[in-house]
This record gives sequence, C-alpha cells and structure tokens, in this order.
Amino acid sequence: MTALTVKPKAGAKPAGTTSLLTPGQLREALPGAFRKLDPRELASTPVMLVVEIGAVATTVLSVVDPSTLGWLVTAWLWLTVLFATLAESVAEGRGKAQAASLRALQTETTARKVRGSFDQLRNTTNLADLPTAEVPSTQLRTGDVVVVAAGERIPGDGEVIEGVASVDESAVTGESAPVIRESGGDRSAVTGGTVVLSDQVVVRITSDPGQSFVDRMIALVEGSERQRTPNEIALNVLLGALTFVFVMVVVSLYFVADYSGAKQSLLVLTALLVCLIPTTIGGLLSAIGIAGMDRLVRRNVLAMSGRAVEAAGDVDVLLLDKTGTVTLGNRQAAELLPVSGVSAARLAEAALLSSLADETPEGRSIVALVRQDFNTVTEADGSGGELVAFSASTRMSGLDLPGRRIRKGAGSAVARWVHSTGTPATSEVTVELDALVDRVSRTGGTPLVVAEQVGAGRARLLGVVHLKDIVKEGMRERFDEMRAMGIRTVMITGDNAVTAAAIAEEAGVDDVLAEATPEDKLDLIRKEQAGGRMVAMCGDGTNDAPALSQADVGVAMNTGTAAAKEAGNMVDLDSDPTKLIEVVEIGKQLLITRGALTTFSVANDIAKYFAILPAMFVVAYPGLDDLNIMRLSSPESAILSAVVFNALVIVALIPLALRGVRYTPSSASDLLRRNILVYGLGGLVAPFVGIKLLDLVISLVPGI
Amino acid sequence: MSELAPALGQILVLVVLLAVSVPRLARHLARVYTSPKHLAVERVAYRALRVDPDTDQHWRSYAMSVLGFSLVGVLLLHAYGRLQQHLPLSLGSSALPADGSWSTAVSFVTNTNWQWYSGEAALGHLMQMSGLTVQNFVSAAVGMAVAAAFARGLAGTGGEERIGNFFADLVRGVVRVLLPLAFVAALVLVLIGVVQNFTGNADIRTLSDATQVLTGGPVASQEAIKELGTNGGGFYNVNSAHPFENPTPLSNILEIYLLLLIPFAMAWAFGLIVRDRRQGAAVLSVMALLLTVSVGLLTWAEMAGPGTAPELAGGAMEGKEVRFGTAGSALFGAATTATSTGAVNSMHDSLTAPGGGITMFNMMLGEVAPGGVGSGLYGMLMLAVVTVFLAGLMVGRTPEYLGKKIGQREIVLVACYVLVTPFILLTGIAVAITAGDGLAGLQESGPHGLSEALYAVTSASNNNGSAFGGLTSGTPFWNTLLGLCMLFGRFLPMVFVLALAGRFARQHHVPPGTGTLPTHRPLFVGLLTSVALVMVGLTYIPVLALGPIVESLS
Repeated sequence: MTALTVKPKAGAKPAGTTSLLTPGQLREALPGAFRKLDPRELASTPVMLVVEIGAVATTVLSVVDPSTLGWLVTAWLWLTVLFATLAESVAEGRGKAQAASLRALQTETTARKVRGSFDQLRNTTNLADLPTAEVPSTQLRTGDVVVVAAGERIPGDGEVIEGVASVDESAVTGESAPVIRESGGDRSAVTGGTVVLSDQVVVRITSDPGQSFVDRMIALVEGSERQRTPNEIALNVLLGALTFVFVMVVVSLYFVADYSGAKQSLLVLTALLVCLIPTTIGGLLSAIGIAGMDRLVRRNVLAMSGRAVEAAGDVDVLLLDKTGTVTLGNRQAAELLPVSGVSAARLAEAALLSSLADETPEGRSIVALVRQDFNTVTEADGSGGELVAFSASTRMSGLDLPGRRIRKGAGSAVARWVHSTGTPATSEVTVELDALVDRVSRTGGTPLVVAEQVGAGRARLLGVVHLKDIVKEGMRERFDEMRAMGIRTVMITGDNAVTAAAIAEEAGVDDVLAEATPEDKLDLIRKEQAGGRMVAMCGDGTNDAPALSQADVGVAMNTGTAAAKEAGNMVDLDSDPTKLIEVVEIGKQLLITRGALTTFSVANDIAKYFAILPAMFVVAYPGLDDLNIMRLSSPESAILSAVVFNALVIVALIPLALRGVRYTPSSASDLLRRNILVYGLGGLVAPFVGIKLLDLVISLVPGI
Repeated sequence: MSELAPALGQILVLVVLLAVSVPRLARHLARVYTSPKHLAVERVAYRALRVDPDTDQHWRSYAMSVLGFSLVGVLLLHAYGRLQQHLPLSLGSSALPADGSWSTAVSFVTNTNWQWYSGEAALGHLMQMSGLTVQNFVSAAVGMAVAAAFARGLAGTGGEERIGNFFADLVRGVVRVLLPLAFVAALVLVLIGVVQNFTGNADIRTLSDATQVLTGGPVASQEAIKELGTNGGGFYNVNSAHPFENPTPLSNILEIYLLLLIPFAMAWAFGLIVRDRRQGAAVLSVMALLLTVSVGLLTWAEMAGPGTAPELAGGAMEGKEVRFGTAGSALFGAATTATSTGAVNSMHDSLTAPGGGITMFNMMLGEVAPGGVGSGLYGMLMLAVVTVFLAGLMVGRTPEYLGKKIGQREIVLVACYVLVTPFILLTGIAVAITAGDGLAGLQESGPHGLSEALYAVTSASNNNGSAFGGLTSGTPFWNTLLGLCMLFGRFLPMVFVLALAGRFARQHHVPPGTGTLPTHRPLFVGLLTSVALVMVGLTYIPVLALGPIVESLS
C-alpha cells in the first residue's frame, strides 16, 4: 500500500516511447515460448494446435522420406507454432516487468518497528523513547507495532493504539485537510500510504503482506491465471470453426485429387492446411488480450478483469464528476462585485484580509486577484487578527481584528450572520446582493459573499467574490471526440441546476445531473442500463461504491476509500478521473485489433490459393498454370514461399498485436471504412507481394 | 437487333415486375407473420391439427414441431411411393424402389425436389398432386416459417426464448400466401399456354410416322407452386424445358419472376418485422447484387460460348431450347440456382465450363441470393451475423446485430451453421468420387465427371434440386447419399437458426448509437457480399479448381 501514490517507474513511461520488441525481450521470452509448445497449453488455441499436429506429421514424413522441401516445410511449420507462442510469451513478459516494478515499490518504505512487546513497554517507556528497529514495510505482519512520526508515511493498514496525530489522508480520500487520528474511539483506523503531519503515533498493523490491495494488483498484472474474456472466447470459437472447415477442405481435396489423377502428398496437404487456417490471428490472439491489459497498466490503470476492459469498448454513457474531471478541482476568484455604496477597494481589502490566512486554493486565488487588481490595498495587515475557520455548520470563514470582524461564505449563511447583528433581513442592499449572487450562479460560478462589522455596530454586506469553476483545458475537444464515438457524457455535480447547466455548456458535455446525491447517481446508472446502455463512471468515496459496482465499468481512484476500490472493476493509480476516456479508448482498441487481424488473416488466404493450388495440380492439369498469377518459379518454391510467409507474418505483426492498431476516435462508419481498407485490402494484397518476394529468394535454394 | 438487346430487355422486364410487386407482397408477409388474428379456415386447420395457434413456442418446441412435421411428411411420401400402384390415378405406375422412394420423399420435404426419376413416367397423378404438390406448398411454408421466427427473434424485446408458433406460421404461409399466389399464377400460366388437364398418356403419330406418347396432367397448377415455393420439381423430366411446362419466352420470364418473388419479398418483409425498413433493404441489396453478378457472368459465359464444342458449333446451344436462346437459358439458370429452386429450362450439364461453375458457385453460396423461400433469408442473416462479428470488432465494440449482442453462445450456433453445409458437401463429394458405386453413375471421367458429381452433391446439400443430367442418380448409392445430403443440409441448419432465434429473442435490445456498426449502409452491403463470396470461395475453390475451373482453362 505504501508507495502506491508514486508512479511505478516503468509504468510512468508513455506507451509510445517504450520499444515494443527488443532483442532482449525476445531472449527473455524464448524459454517461455518453448514451454508453451506443450500441446496441453496449445489446446486452448485450436488453430495453433492443428499447426503443431501438422508439424509433427511433417516431421515424421520427413524422417521416413527425407527431402529438402520436406525438411524446410517442417522447420517452418515448427517456427510458425514457435512464433505464436513467442508472441504470447513476449506479451506476458511485459506484464511481468510491470509487476516487478510494483513489487519493488513495496519494499521501498521502511518502517520503525517496535522491538519487544509493546504492551509491556507502553507503561514503562515514554513514547518518544520506544526501542525501534528499521524494517522494510513488506516484512510487517498483522499484530506488529510501528512508530510513525511527523513527516513519515504509515507503512500499512492499521489502528492507532497510542498517541494522537494529524494525518494527511489526501492520498486515500482526496481531502487535503488533515484529519485527527487518535487511539481509542472510532477515529483510530489509519490507512497505509497516508502521511503523519504532526506528532507521533503508535500503530498496530492489521494486514499481512500478500493480502493488501497492491498484492492483488500484482497478481492480476502478472496474469498467470489470466481468464480469457468473453469476446476472445467467441472469436476463438469462430476461428475453430474456420479451422474445421479448412480441415474438411483439405481432407476432401485429398480424395478429389486422387480421383483427378493428381494424388497429393501428405506433406503438401499439410502445408496447404496450415496456410489456410487463420494462424495469424490464432497465433496472436492471446498476445493481443494480454497486451490490452498491459496498455492499461502502462497508463497506471489496473483492471480487475479483462471483461471490464472489453466492456469499456462498449460504453455508451460516461458519467463524469464535475470537480476534478470536467473542471479543475479548485475554483478561482475571477472578479469582485461590490454592492452600491461600497467601493471596490473596500470590498477588495475585506476579501484580502479574510483570505490572508486562508490556505485553501480559493483563498489563495482571492489574495492573488486582489494583489493583482488593487495595488492600493496591498499594505492591508491582518496581523493581530484571529482566524475564524470554515466549518460545515456555519458555512463561512473570516477574521476577527480588533474592532472589526470580516466574514465570507455562502450567501445565506453570511446574510444570517449580518442579520444576527441587528441589520434588517431585507433591504435594498440584500435585494441587490441576491441579484449579484444569482448572476454569478447563472454563469456557472460560485458566489462568495463578504460582510463586515465595525466595532459593535450592525454588520453590513460588502459584495460578492465571483469564484469561477475553471473548465480543464481541452475538455471540450475530448467530449466532441466522445460524441463522435457515440458516447454520451453526463456531468454529475452537487451544484444547483443553474450553475451546473452553465458549466456543462462551457465544457460541452451532453447532459448534466445537478444537485446529485449518490442515490441519484445510482438511479441514473440503473435507468441507462435498463435502456440497454453500458455505463462507465469513476468515483472515490465510500458513498460512490454502490454506483461503482452497478456501473459496467467502474474506475475507482486510488486515492479513494477501500470500499470504492472494492466496488469498482478498475483502479486508477494516478487518480485522474479523465483517464476514464483513455480506458474507453483502450477497450475499443483491443477489440479493433482483434477484428483487424482476423480480417487480415482471412484475406491472406486468397493469395495463398493462387500460390498453392496451381503448384499442386499444374503437373496433372497444365491449364491451371494460368492461375499462377504471381509467376512463382516452381511448385516447390511456391508451396514453401506460402508457408514461410505464413510464419513470418506472425512475427511481423507481433508489434502491432502488442501496441494495438492505431485508433482515432471517430464514428463507427469511419472506423470501419478505414480498417477495412488497411486490414482487409492490405490483407488481400500483402501476401501476393510477400510470397512473390520470398519466391525470388527461395528459388535460389538448391534442391527447390 | 443485336443479341444483347433482348438479353437486357428481359432482365429489365423482370426487374420492373419485381420492383412493383416485392414491397407489396412484403407488407402482406410481415402482417401474416406478426398478426394475432386467425382466419376461419385457419381455425379449422388448427382444430384438425389439434394445436393452439396462440401458444408462443420456445425455440426448442418450435424446432421439434418443424422436425416432427417434416418427419411425418417424409413417412407419408415414402408410403405413397411404395404403395402408389394400389392407388387411383396411378396411370399404371409401379411402386418406386425403396431407395428411390426415400430419396423422393426426402427431396420434396426438404424443398429440394431432386428428381432421379422421370416424373411423367414414374409417378401417377395422385402422388403428384396429393403427395408432391402438397409438399411443394408445406415445405416452402416451413422455410418461410423458420425465417419469420428468426426475424421475430431479432425483433424480440427480451425475456424469454420464445419465437412464435410454428403451426400458425405454417398454416398462414400456405393459406394466406402460397395458395392465393399459386392460384393466380396457375391461371396466368394456363392463359399463356401451360397445360392443365387430367388426361393420361395419349399416343400421337408424328410427321415422321413414329409414335410419340404425350402425357397430359395438372401441369400449370404444379408449375405455379414449383416456382413460387422455389421447389423446382417439374411435372416432366425435362422440367421447364418442356413445352407443356414452359411454352414461350413470356412464360419463361413469368416463371423466373415467380421463383424470385417470395425470396426477395421475405428480405423486404424482414425489414418490416424488425421495424427498420433499411435493414431489409440492405439484405435485399446483397441478394440482388450477388444475383446480378451471377446473371451477368452466366449470360456472358453462355452468349460468348467459350470452349471447343460451342466454338465449333458457333454458339453454346447444346442442351438449350431454341425458343429461349442462350440469354433466356442463362437467366433462368442463374435464377434457379441462386434461389434454391432447381427447376431448369436448359440442360445444365451442357452449359459451358465456366457457366457450369457459376451455377455451382451459386448453390455453394448456401442459397442466399436470394435463396429459397425463407431459407434464403435466414441463410443471408446468418452470414450477416458472421460479418457483424468480424466487422463489428473493427469499430471497437463487442459485435451486435440489430441491437442483439453476438457473444460466445451466439457465435457457437453461427459457427455450427456455417460448418454444417461445407461438412456435408465436402464429405459427400469425397465419398461420391471414391466409392465405385458413385463413380459408376458418372457419364464422363476426368474434370467433367467431377463436375457432375460435385453438382449433384452441391445441389442436394443446398436443397436446390437441379442436376447435371449426365449423372445417373437413380441408383441405391446415389439415392442414399443425396437423400442424406438433402436431409442434413435442410434440417441441421434450421435447428441452429432456430436456436439462435431463441437466444436473440431472450436478449434485451441495445439501442443503436453513433458507435454502433450500421448494418444498412452501402459499406455493410459490400462487406456482407465480400464475406459471402470469400467464405464460399475459400471453402470450395480447391474442388472447383479440379472441376469446372480446369475445364474452363483447358
């Protein structure tokens, strides 16, 4: 748990910059590739099992009746199988590297473990003088006791058994305000990865290594127990059926050739079979699946199941939280709107004073705005004042100076405070203020009302600070892309409908759910799903958990609560809600890669017929030489060229399988047109060129 | 006038006739297969069959009904064939041999109408009318029923695997569609010269003073349903080449029109049943495209007449009727093999080598362009599902057709469907040319012998029924082999289609969006056409290469 907020080193690299296939990778993958030649392992890929059976058959044939062609075909059939297992092995190797870097991070934190029995020590020893030993956090077991001081990271999930400390739990909850954790009571639980800000606590660890969240992630990434996804299984069925048809074709051809007086050797028939069955996609299918998961990991998203990755490609509706996803988390002060009778400078000064000690982003942005626009009030001095902290019940904060009190906060709260000092509840000023508040709300901003009380007199309203939600840069373009892909975006916010609509308009989302409670969110998901649509969302809070588990794709922020992470089917280590969009793209890319390579594989067969059929029968029927449109030099060379091409194309496409085909968000029709052109037409033409080139080389081999 | 003008003219007439009538008939068909109302005469039929037409059947029950009904049909026809000498109107015909009777029974129940015998010589009127003609109606209605059930499955809104009532579909298909159409068609045929009487054999003295036996009979009535139901079993041995069946070029066009009418209308009706006219239009376009290419190629092959014999004779007129010519014969040949009709107005064995190959390829397409009544539609829809699966992945979504996801179970059923016909056909041809009894039936040796055997097995497996006449198929070996090909080639695919209909019916409908693969655009039409061509090409090119392709190239 400890180091999760740090990006894994390898994973931090953008996918594009990592070399997809290096000689080193191949070397590492080779032993695995050979192990996968075991027919029991191949049984899950019927296409490759048929190739292996063919390779065994030609080996036997070549031993019994040796010939150059026989041995060359045999060698290349074995290579065909090996290239396929190599692709899978390389893909797995990349996952293993990820897992290794995650694991390395776990050991990076050191914990100060209390030596001896803490129960005895606690009565005799001062907390600061406990005897401790530094151990790696991974060695901590349930029941171990550690001391964590200010500035240190809590090494694992546990509970405070001694002391009180303020803890920065932002890594878990996203809430930057420190919280108090103390022994006893219900505020004793601490989470690994959080940081102690002040004081010192003694923590009893409550989770064993191997049981934690990260450990489960590592198991998933390594993918040793990889479960094949529904679509992959379906495709495998179809490929199996195609393979069966081609077995029938070749078996019947044996008899038909016999009838036609052009008896074919088993060697040639096996070569034909291997060329016809969809070895390209069959050999790369599992590599594509593994690589898809891996691409997610590279973007620091951990998918709990491949099913979720596929589902991501199907998403119709994307639910996005406003704050942090559509807008920057922080609102910025944009302008000051004084009521009549109050000078802008007066409002600025009051706003500045009340914000000097306010360390929230909003407070800092007010200071920045005033310093930039009102040079005259820079000398305002808040020293000697007493800060009034914001609380959920008062919904305001402020500053008490000698003889002057300033408050800023939500309109209704500040109005109540002003009224409590004896000021009339309604007046021309309040009407004007309400108008200002309304104006700010309508534009999507948050109005912050400022008031002051001089001496013991009646307080008066000064004006409104317009806090603006800043829509993240480039969001509109991304939502346009989504729309092109047929995905509807719905912004979820607790803001009122007016504010929400304004921001939705600015960001360009399709729809908005304002004043949303977690129940509203859940209802919305259920409603969309009832209409047959697939819903994706991200969330981090415990109250998001039901919605996360209801959604078809639920991405939990790593900073979120354990409940949220438990409920979702993916976790984003970067806790970046916009990542949802990338997840959808990766899901689509995974499916497109499968479809593209299947099409390519089947389209290849046409050229192979033109190579092999004339080669088989030209002796018996010279007329069939007209079908030898590639003008291949000899029947033997033609057959071998087709077999070699068939094997090499697998190797050539490994990088594509690992990287995924290029995906640009666009409508289904555009995608289809482009992919048909590239992989359908490409698959038709490529083998004609490839086989011809190979023939030019192979015809030089003596004995062919 | 050049030869091309009448060739194109007859095609134009056909296109206009179809364009006018297909949408109208389709609207009627869509109502027939979705309406909850029953006609009085239908209620009588339901009472006689002891069925409740309002029961929405589970696909298994629907499939069992199809199989059970067809089994009864086979047994009845078999009994007819074995016992016809004891029945009235037998015209002195004796009992059919056991294997021949089986082959005929299966042939008519499977909508194949493969005829190993000479109809006018071997069968009495009663068996023709109450046995074979009845099956001409009901076997067609069975095909339409299964297609309608599949369409309803796709249109289903989820819940259960229920796809309608077989007996209601069957009875309605006969009562509301086939009988009225056949009645009108028969009248028109009589009007333009087709024979309709109950006379037996008449001895005629010919000009050369020889004696010729002319068999009359209820020809026009059988002719109408023969074409309408894409059955193809002629009253006479030479089928629509016989002047009593098909006397003039006008009757020729009319017969071609009749055999194309319902298959195309079913495709359009499909769009109406799934409440998206464009889907029906897309399926119809693929059918029309494939048929157009086939007609074009076959007409070219026959009119150009490549090959030694046609070149010496100055035209490929061997085996063709002078009153139809090469173009009229080619159009009929393409239409009859692209639908599962199998009626012929020329001897396909005498087609040019490429021409023979094209007719075989038409059948190998699985009878989908536009195919048999019903079977053409469901065959094309199964190909559409395959296409959607392949292409659907390329748009980055798990594939769906008309809002129904194609997952693992669906693809298993589609895969079985796609496998079964090649399996039957390729096994059949391997057996036929390996066994001595099989080879004994071939008239020729070498590539053309292979073509004869291949044509027969292809025709039987795809329930077409036309033949390369050189093959002597009335032997126990061929009757048994082709009977098995017809039986499995008809009912195994049907079971998979119905199972898939059930799966689809159970699924909830996913509304289409921008990200969904559109299945009504020209791009999809092109894709589906390519998938059909490539799948069939890859499966059958090797065996075609040694038959018609070698013949064409040598």
